[in-house]
Amino acid sequence: MTLLEQFQLWLATMWPEWAAYVTPAIVGVVIVIAFALCMVIVFIYFERRLLGRFQIRLGPNRLGPEGIFQPIATAVKVLLKEDIVPAKGDKWLHWLAPLVVFVPVLMIFAVVPFWEGAIFIDLNVGIVYVVAISSVSAVGIYMAGWASNNKYALISALRMVAQVVSYELPVILSILGVVLMVGSLSMSQIVAAQTIPFILLQPLGFIIFFLGAVAEMNRSPFDLLEADSEIVAGFHTEYSGMKFAMFYLGEYCHALAYSCIIATLFLGGWRGPLLPPFLWLLIKVVAVFFVIVWIRATLPRLRVDQLMSFAWKCLLPMAVINLFVVAAEVLWLPESLPWIMVVVNFAFAGALILLWSKLFTLGGGRVEV
Amino acid sequence: MAIKTEPFILNIGPQHPSTHGVFRLRATLDGEVVVDVEPVIGYLHRGIEKLAEGRTYTQNIPFTDRLDYLASITNNLAYVLAVEKLAEVKVPERAEYLRVITAEMMRIASHLMAVGFFLNDLGAMMTPVLYMWREREKLLDLFEMVCGQRLTYNYMRIGGVSHDIPEEFLPALKRFVAEMPGFIDEYDQLLAGNEILLVRSKGVGVLPEELAINSAASGPVLRASGVKWDIRRADPYSIYDRFDFDIPVGSAGDCYDRYWVRVQEMRQSVRILEQAIPQLPEGEVCAEVPRLLRPPVGEVYGHIEAPKGELGFYLVSDNSIAPYRFRIRPPTLINLTALKDMVIGWKVADLIITFGSIDVCLGEIDR
Repeated sequence: MTLLEQFQLWLATMWPEWAAYVTPAIVGVVIVIAFALCMVIVFIYFERRLLGRFQIRLGPNRLGPEGIFQPIATAVKVLLKEDIVPAKGDKWLHWLAPLVVFVPVLMIFAVVPFWEGAIFIDLNVGIVYVVAISSVSAVGIYMAGWASNNKYALISALRMVAQVVSYELPVILSILGVVLMVGSLSMSQIVAAQTIPFILLQPLGFIIFFLGAVAEMNRSPFDLLEADSEIVAGFHTEYSGMKFAMFYLGEYCHALAYSCIIATLFLGGWRGPLLPPFLWLLIKVVAVFFVIVWIRATLPRLRVDQLMSFAWKCLLPMAVINLFVVAAEVLWLPESLPWIMVVVNFAFAGALILLWSKLFTLGGGRVEV
Repeated sequence: MAIKTEPFILNIGPQHPSTHGVFRLRATLDGEVVVDVEPVIGYLHRGIEKLAEGRTYTQNIPFTDRLDYLASITNNLAYVLAVEKLAEVKVPERAEYLRVITAEMMRIASHLMAVGFFLNDLGAMMTPVLYMWREREKLLDLFEMVCGQRLTYNYMRIGGVSHDIPEEFLPALKRFVAEMPGFIDEYDQLLAGNEILLVRSKGVGVLPEELAINSAASGPVLRASGVKWDIRRADPYSIYDRFDFDIPVGSAGDCYDRYWVRVQEMRQSVRILEQAIPQLPEGEVCAEVPRLLRPPVGEVYGHIEAPKGELGFYLVSDNSIAPYRFRIRPPTLINLTALKDMVIGWKVADLIITFGSIDVCLGEIDR
């Protein structure tokens, strides 16, 4: 039973039933959204400072001690900007697109377990809900690209559709490996099952999920729809002011949400010794985000056809093989000896990645025109 | 049922994050594939060639700074060499060495920018650029010691250079020369084996050897295509015949080779600096040249190996204080002519990196 349900039962003893039903929901929504937005502001600051370190410069350090108020100043600046709608753009879609991008990302947090029982709603299909709801923001990005009536934005939107469709499959297949081991789709069950974090039990699944997640949140080296050296700012080229801020927040929220999901699925969620559980979750989330920023600061970008062939030639077959191997292990290996599985799976993941790096190249060729 | 599609025109530039200046490219795309490109130039036209006809030979030196503003010293050098050839001025030994030292420093600085921004075009998010700016900054500090400027140096004079070097310059330069090979090794470690860099740039934007020669390409673009042509060797000017250095040559003529040739050229420039510093003689830094130089009637073409290719100045004198005709052969404008043949059939992303690998400077293209 989650904390909110307990709260609801306690309220029901004194308040009328409808009030006891509505109040915990509102309280939960406010807490989850406040958590997400506060963490996003922290992440924006964290990423900018961290990029500064990676790029042998200081990063923002003027506003407040060590520049901690810089994200707030940036937010105020963005909010005060004029809101521009392209003259021949689709006004309504242009207005709607940021919302369609931002809201589904926030909704992911509904099933993130922060600690024992601290989950907004413990859906029995939690992970399916995450996969389903996070794909919706792709529609919003497509809407933005279409409504802007801008060729850069349109190219970006079409890239987005191709990218999301391609990377959804390996992501889902790598999640299935976890689900097979747990025997449940509920997020809190997944955390409860991780006496050993699944990153050790399924290293290959983790790598596939991580790469797929990076591609879905449009981070470098898969940031093709915001490839500023090619298509300027991509789908939000024609956005400014509050609407742009929504995209910006949505992007960081997406990173935060997926960091939470990765931490929950593969790193043991809130589980950990000594420290309070919530702190453990934060540590893991920040660690995942750190790796994402690290990759962003280091790697060049893939080309669009190489991005596709990476998904279809490398990630997808590897995810399928991984799924079958995990299924066989769950069937035949004794459950009492998980460490055998750790050794076998690490060896297997290394061999498979080595084989694939020898078998496939990403280089696409010239097209005859 | 086949979907009816038609190519559309994408206007890249003049305001675009990766056009390296106010360059405009009208690209016809079929989806992501480039069908046709048409460069549109002239947004930075200042009429330098015409303006120069109304100014004295010395007054024209600052104009040359504004051509390829990332390599001002080599522009100065090309111009003063042409004038000296026309007026038959003898340059003091120390000035020759200072010219070579500053020109090779300039080559390193220019190649650092070229390599860094090539990686930026590949999408590496400024990190390589900032690492390379770290070294370029040291070079700019050195230039500041020499002539007080950090971008437009106006350092060369007809018959020598404007200032002698201050005493703190040589120790700082020696320190830089000692450090630089280590930094180039660092770039190689970080970049050369990177899988994404390799798949993105190997075999992309190939300029075949024959086409490179036919389109009069020069500099790293030509050498990446496998032609061993470096004016420092082919038509030695100043005192380059005294130094020992190799000419790095690519094989495939793709974007990766152009990147590789530039990195190797930085190593060779460091080698030239290493040889030039101990040989630097004492003495005058500028010959006695009349204030208002009146070269004899005639015409001259002087060319040097600028960082971006063959930079030539064609001057016609009518024995007055100003050139009768002042014509520039900009290397990047001519290298750019082969762009269309290099990018047709590749994706938009390849168009951007191929353009970046040519290393253009709009100050020079539009003049």
